[in-house]
Amino acid sequence: MNRREFGGLGLAAALWAGRGWAGDWARVVADAKGQEVFFHAWGGDPKINAFIAWVGDEALARFGVTLSHVKLAATSDAVARVQAEQAAGKTSGGAVDLVWINGENFAAMKRAGMLYGPFAQNLPNWALVDTVGKPATMTDFTEPTQGFESPWAMAQLVFEHDSAKLSAPPKSILALADWAKANPGRFTYPQPPDYLGLTFLKQVLYALLPDPAILQHPAANADPALAELWAFLDTLHPHLWRQAKAYPANEAALGQLLADDEVDISFAFNPGRASAEIAAGTLPDTVRTFVLSGGTIANASFVAIPFNASAAAGAQVVANLLLDPAVQARAQDASVLGFQTVLNMAALTPTELAVFTNAPRGPATLSPAELGPTLLEPHATWMTQISAEWSARYGLAP
Amino acid sequence: MKAAPLILRGFLALPVGLGLGLTVAQGLGQLPKVLAWPGLLRACLLSLGPGMAAALISLGLVGLILGAQPRSLGLLERLLAPLLALPHAAAALGLAFVIAPSGWIVRALSPWATGWQVPPDVMTLNDPWGLALTLGLVLKEAPFLLLMGLAALTPALRQRQRVAATLGYGRVMGFALVVWPSLYASLRLPVLAVLVYGMTTVDMALILGPSLPYSLSAQISLWQSAASLTQQDLAAAAALVQAGLVVAALTLWRGIEVSGAALRQALTFAGIRAPWAERGLALLAKGASLALIVVPVLGLAGLALWSIAGLWRFPQALPSHLTLKAWAEAGPAVLQASATSVVLALGVTGACLTLTLWALQAEAATPRRSALVFLPLIVPQIVVLPGIATALLHLPVSLPPLLAVALGHAIYVLPYVVLGLSGPFASWNPHLGHIGASLGARPWRILWRLRLPMLAGPLAATAAVGFAVSIGQYLPTLLLGGGRIVTLTSEAVALSSGGNRRIVGAYGLAQAFWPGLAFALASALQRARTLPFGNRPS
Repeated sequence: MNRREFGGLGLAAALWAGRGWAGDWARVVADAKGQEVFFHAWGGDPKINAFIAWVGDEALARFGVTLSHVKLAATSDAVARVQAEQAAGKTSGGAVDLVWINGENFAAMKRAGMLYGPFAQNLPNWALVDTVGKPATMTDFTEPTQGFESPWAMAQLVFEHDSAKLSAPPKSILALADWAKANPGRFTYPQPPDYLGLTFLKQVLYALLPDPAILQHPAANADPALAELWAFLDTLHPHLWRQAKAYPANEAALGQLLADDEVDISFAFNPGRASAEIAAGTLPDTVRTFVLSGGTIANASFVAIPFNASAAAGAQVVANLLLDPAVQARAQDASVLGFQTVLNMAALTPTELAVFTNAPRGPATLSPAELGPTLLEPHATWMTQISAEWSARYGLAP
Repeated sequence: MKAAPLILRGFLALPVGLGLGLTVAQGLGQLPKVLAWPGLLRACLLSLGPGMAAALISLGLVGLILGAQPRSLGLLERLLAPLLALPHAAAALGLAFVIAPSGWIVRALSPWATGWQVPPDVMTLNDPWGLALTLGLVLKEAPFLLLMGLAALTPALRQRQRVAATLGYGRVMGFALVVWPSLYASLRLPVLAVLVYGMTTVDMALILGPSLPYSLSAQISLWQSAASLTQQDLAAAAALVQAGLVVAALTLWRGIEVSGAALRQALTFAGIRAPWAERGLALLAKGASLALIVVPVLGLAGLALWSIAGLWRFPQALPSHLTLKAWAEAGPAVLQASATSVVLALGVTGACLTLTLWALQAEAATPRRSALVFLPLIVPQIVVLPGIATALLHLPVSLPPLLAVALGHAIYVLPYVVLGLSGPFASWNPHLGHIGASLGARPWRILWRLRLPMLAGPLAATAAVGFAVSIGQYLPTLLLGGGRIVTLTSEAVALSSGGNRRIVGAYGLAQAFWPGLAFALASALQRARTLPFGNRPS
């Protein structure tokens, strides 16, 4: 079924007041049966790949949908593909059916009209999503999702350390800076424009600004608010790993530095990463995580469907399956992924809830209470500004 | 008959020309912005320096080793297959683990010899001068040139070295003066391919090279994949600079060739034999051949060990326990991806060999070397392929993804096949053909019964190279297949972005296995072949 037909059907159904979406969902499920969904998702983590393969088994067994994971080195590869198809006027039969996306990539696709939908609110499991307690499920880097993407995991910045070597880690950005100066070469962050590296810089900005509320509004060009960030980095950099003349490329590379004992403190955008790595036998079981006083940045991971997807029905079935309580509980299992759920625990049946509470959290994962308050992602323009100016200031080694 | 060369040239020129045309159209407007980028000069030097140095050093080492013939050459020759087969990204990760401050060398010496309880904070990787990158390129490219050199080094050529010896020249000096000029004719195109590869590599530069700034090619790929989708024009403009840089490097190389030839001539006319240098050169050759064996084998062994390692902390020289978990997880996917990779590589290599032989045979009367063969190697893939992918989308009928990917692989396999075959094909003694003709054989029969069997060695080596090139393709697989064709390399590169040494180790080994098999078969065929007569007039 192509997009226009489907849109027409949806509209007709919406006008047919009172009946809601149940009937149409049955239609989506019927259309999805036998479809092959090409899910473009970052393929750099074997744990995530295994989880997606498991979701694929479920999709086939429960809905007759074949899920093919297209493993990307970068999400923008998929975005570029859809962009090329759009430029070529290919409005159906596209290569991408479902894409794991958020932030900048989502904003770019939404802006360019490359997305199918809105569809997220029509998914039966949408009712279970904790949109009130986890506002990041509706707002992606301050960009309203408006149903063009469906959340499937919560992410929050947490710091990692080996408790056998460092028992009392610094719990604020300023304390971290003092610690780094006292322990030269034992801390670093991924090189911007890497996502995690920029997240760290935004976290620093939260700590330095007298009024962090301005981060929810667009940044000005060469925003004066950033001056404090550069002054902070100017004094911090000489004490970083390799005197900041080299940086790890991404979260995985930073994690490898912790595993290789090249740094003492690392961080990740997944509170369960350390536990999952311990379970996988790649980090010692003395590694623990911590958050900063005042909270750390959190956001959600989403899936979106391109406007010209070949299997839009199948893609919606998979998006809905990803919100299934059993699937969410599995993703949260420390020995599987350790991803935080997007669901509202109060909306679950007692049996569904039991699956969550019984799932092992892992030795290094903090409880929801310990994870503490979360900070909202700043407006996407802050990321762009920080990234551009960081490159101009530090992109060329002296 | 005359159609074949045209088809060959068309295939070399059209897709790349099309992609390049789209890039020029896209990038020309942004050229001032790239030229104003403060990092441009250093990024260019990081492309030119390691690329040029790696090509020169690799070529020099190969000449030295072939001339001095150290005893380790036999071992090196037998190890060529796995060394060549290891994909660049996996080789780079292997090397990184050997030389990193937390790597194998330091682990082996710590803490008992160094006193280091934690890895030293020194920059042995990603150094601002691109030394680690140059080392990685040499370790990967010297074996390739050695394979090409061994294939071209006929008994008749070897004999010249003995003639020189009777005139009082030592091994290396005699080789350099009388064998090298003829041998270099066969090595010239491969070494230029090595030069261009070194300048435009992305995966090795990202793993081993510096990042403040990145080398130009790595920076292009980063701009290309920037999330905001606003820097693709910038990437296109930078790609134009890269293409210009490559042309400049090729010109520079021509200058080096001319001065090298002049130097050789001067040495010959002066009658300099320099016997005192032989001992040192022989020692150097021995050291070089050992280094070419030991470092990559350590890297390979490191990857293999990581793929079965449990917890492996610094400064342990060995993992604290072993597990087959990575293999168990990767196993089924590896098998499936292997099947796709092998089918693609066989089909593409077969088609390219056929086309090239057809064209070479058709051109036999007027052999011309076409610069077009460099086009696909000069223009960075990341620049051409999005354009080709867009062009394919505009076709009235959409190609099946497997065919589109095969087409993309063929663009990059064909130059290596042409490079590998045209030298040996041209140096075949045409008198043998004349004799065959005088016995009443038609040209195709001469090709089939005389020329090809005598060229079986280079043919097999070229087929193995083509096969390996196809196995190693990432961007054509991803961009032209829309991600629907999953090969070992597309999986491995996606995984290496996560830096997980265990799983990358498993994929790297699997990725090396198939080309390794191809190279092993090729060299077995070369060894088994006995030449009834010399294949080149000397």
